[in-house]
Amino acid sequence: MSTNIDTSRSPLEATAFSKRIAAFIVIIYAAIAIIPMLLIVTTAFKSTTDAITYPPKILFKPSLEGVVNLSTQRTRQSKEYLKSLPPPRTWYEKIVRKRQMVIAGPSRFFQRFVNSLVIGFGSTFFSVFLGTLAAYAFSRFKIPLKDDLLFFILSTRMFPPIAAAVPIFLMYRKLGLNDTHLGMIVLYTVVNLSLSVWLLKGFIDEIPKEYEEAALVDGYSRLSAFFKIILPQAATGIAATAIFCLIFSWNEYAFAILLTFREAQTLPPFIPTIIGEGGLDWPAIATATSIFMLPVIVFTIILRKHLLRGITFGAVRK
Amino acid sequence: MAEIVIKNLNKMFGDFTAVNNSNLTIKDGEFFVLLGPSGCGKTTTLRMIAGLELPTRGTIKLANNDVTFLRASQRDIAFVFQLFALYPHMNVSKNIGFPLKIQGIPKSEIKVRVLEVAKMLHLEHLLDLKVSGLSGGDRQRVALGRAIIRRPKAFLMDEPLGALDAEFRELMCFELRKLHNDIDGTTVYVTHDQVEAMAMGDRIGIMNKGVMLQADDPLTIYNKPRTMFVGQFIGSPAMNFLKVNSAVKKGDQTIKINGSIIEMPQAFEDSNTDKNFLGIRPENIEITDAGDIKGKVFGVEYLGAYRIVTVDTELGRLKVRTSSDVHSKINDNIGLNFLPGNIIIYNSDDESAIKSEFMN
Repeated sequence: MSTNIDTSRSPLEATAFSKRIAAFIVIIYAAIAIIPMLLIVTTAFKSTTDAITYPPKILFKPSLEGVVNLSTQRTRQSKEYLKSLPPPRTWYEKIVRKRQMVIAGPSRFFQRFVNSLVIGFGSTFFSVFLGTLAAYAFSRFKIPLKDDLLFFILSTRMFPPIAAAVPIFLMYRKLGLNDTHLGMIVLYTVVNLSLSVWLLKGFIDEIPKEYEEAALVDGYSRLSAFFKIILPQAATGIAATAIFCLIFSWNEYAFAILLTFREAQTLPPFIPTIIGEGGLDWPAIATATSIFMLPVIVFTIILRKHLLRGITFGAVRK
Repeated sequence: MAEIVIKNLNKMFGDFTAVNNSNLTIKDGEFFVLLGPSGCGKTTTLRMIAGLELPTRGTIKLANNDVTFLRASQRDIAFVFQLFALYPHMNVSKNIGFPLKIQGIPKSEIKVRVLEVAKMLHLEHLLDLKVSGLSGGDRQRVALGRAIIRRPKAFLMDEPLGALDAEFRELMCFELRKLHNDIDGTTVYVTHDQVEAMAMGDRIGIMNKGVMLQADDPLTIYNKPRTMFVGQFIGSPAMNFLKVNSAVKKGDQTIKINGSIIEMPQAFEDSNTDKNFLGIRPENIEITDAGDIKGKVFGVEYLGAYRIVTVDTELGRLKVRTSSDVHSKINDNIGLNFLPGNIIIYNSDDESAIKSEFMN
C-alpha cells in the first residue's frame, strides 16, 4: 500500500488539482459567455463606420456617436446650409455636424426607457406582492379545493402566453387598456403570478409554523406576525422571485409589440426600430442595449446574496 | 399566575378524535406534566390551552375566565416549543424582548427587563449574538427567557427538552424546575419521557388515545396506577400483568391463578367479568426458594445498584427487580414470592383497577 496519502483532507473533498480544473472550466465558460456582452458594449462606443468594418476592430477610437444618435433625432442638410450655420456650440452638435446633419430634437428613447422601468418594476412589485399573500394563504390555511386551485394557477403557465394574444388584444381594445402602462402591468402580473405563487409557496412552506405560533401566543395578531416574522424569513424567496419576474417583464417582446405603440411602448419593441441612415445604426442600438441591460444587472447585484441562497433553497436544512 | 380548568374537552381532526372528553384541573403554581406516548393528544391539549387549536367541544378556563374560543394573543400565556422557534433574523436580546414590543412598552424599559431575564438565565454575555450560533442549551434558555419576560398567567411547554442531548437535558430539567419555583408560575409541561415527568412534576397527567387516564402526584401514579396502561407506561421495567381466569368478589383477600393461591389487598368491589389481570411492580416480587411460584430464569440485566431478573413461570413471563447481591443465573430454577400489599387487580374489559384496600 502506498504510504504517501494526504490524510489532511477528507476523501470526499476535491483535490487541489481538480479544483483548479473546475476553476479553469468556469473561467473559459465565463469568457465565452461575456463575448457578446463585450461586443455590445464596445460597439456602443464605436463610430458608425467602425461599427460595420469587417473584420471587426478590436482597437478603435472611442466615440460618443452612439449615445448622441440614440438620444437625438437628426436631419440631413446640404453643405451650403451647414456652412451658413454658426459653429457648433456643444460637443454633441459637433459630432452630428460631422455627418452633415443637425439635431432636430430629442429622441423617444428615454421615454421608452421610463416605460420599461415603470412596467417592469410595477408588474414585478404586484406579482411578488399578490404572490406572497396567495402563497401564504395556500401554505398556512385550510382552503377548499386547495390542490385544484394550485393546479389551476400552474396551468396558466402551460400554454405559451402569446397563444392568448389575439383575445387579449381584443379585450384590451374594448377595455381601453391598449398602449397603457396599467394594461401592461396587469398583463405581466397575470403571466408572472403563477410562477410567483408556486415559488413563494415553496419558500413559505419551509418556514416553520412555530415561528408564527410563538408570535401569536406572545400577543401578536396574525397580520403583525406575518409582517414581523414571515416577511423577513421569506426575504430570500421574495428576492429570487422578484428577479425572475423582473427578467420576464423586462425582456418581454411579443405582447409589447402587439399592445404598445406610443405611450406605453417598452424598450424591447423600440430598440429594433432605431434605424440610422442607410441601414441600422449599430452604435445607437448597442448603446440602447447596454442601457437596457443595466437595471436588471444592478437589481441582480443588489439581491445576489439572496439569489444564491434562493436558488439552492431546500437543498440544505438550516 | 392562575388555575387552569379543563372540562369535557374534545378535539376532532376530521374523523380522528385527538382528545376525548378530558377533564383536568391544574392548580395555581403547580408544575403539571402531561405524559403519554406520541399521538396520545397531549400536545393537542396543550395547544388548545394556548389557543393554537380550538376545541370541538368543552371549555377551558384560565383564572376563572372562559378562554375556550379566545385568540392565543388574548390569553396571556407563554408557550415554549420543542424546536424553540427562535426568530433567526433577530439577535438574542430582540428575541427575548419580542413579546414586550407589541405591548407598546418603551425601548428603555424593554432593555432593562431583557437584562433582568438574561441575568436570571445566565445569558448576559450572549445578548448581541445571532440565535443561529447558539448551542442547544442556550437556545433553550433564550426560548425560556422569551416566555418569562412577559410574566404570563401560565407557561405551556411542548417537549422543551426533546431537542437537547442527554447531558444538557438533565441540567435543563433541574434549571426548569428551579425557574418554575423562583417565578412561582403555573406550568403545563408536555413530554413522552417518564423520567422527566417523574423528576419534575408536582402532578402528572397520563394520556392515551386522547383520554386522560389519571392525574396524580408521581408517587401515586407509580404505586397506584388506575389503569393497566398507566402501570405499563410508568416504571422501567413496566408493571407485570398476569392473566387471571377467575372472577373477584367483593371482600376477597386471595386470588387463584393456575392453582396458586395469591394473597392480595381486600377487594371492595366485584370484577366486571370473570377474566382479570393481576398487576404487580417488579420490586414487589421476591426471589426466594420458599416461594410458591416456581420458575426458570430467562435473563438477567445488571443495572448497577439493582438487577432485573426475567423469569418464566407457569403464570407467564415476569420481571423481578432485586438487589444486586442476589445471584441468579440464566436457567436457574427459582421460587418467587409476591408481596401482597401492593397487588392491584384490573378488569379485563376496560383495564381499570378494581377498588380494594390498597386502591381506594
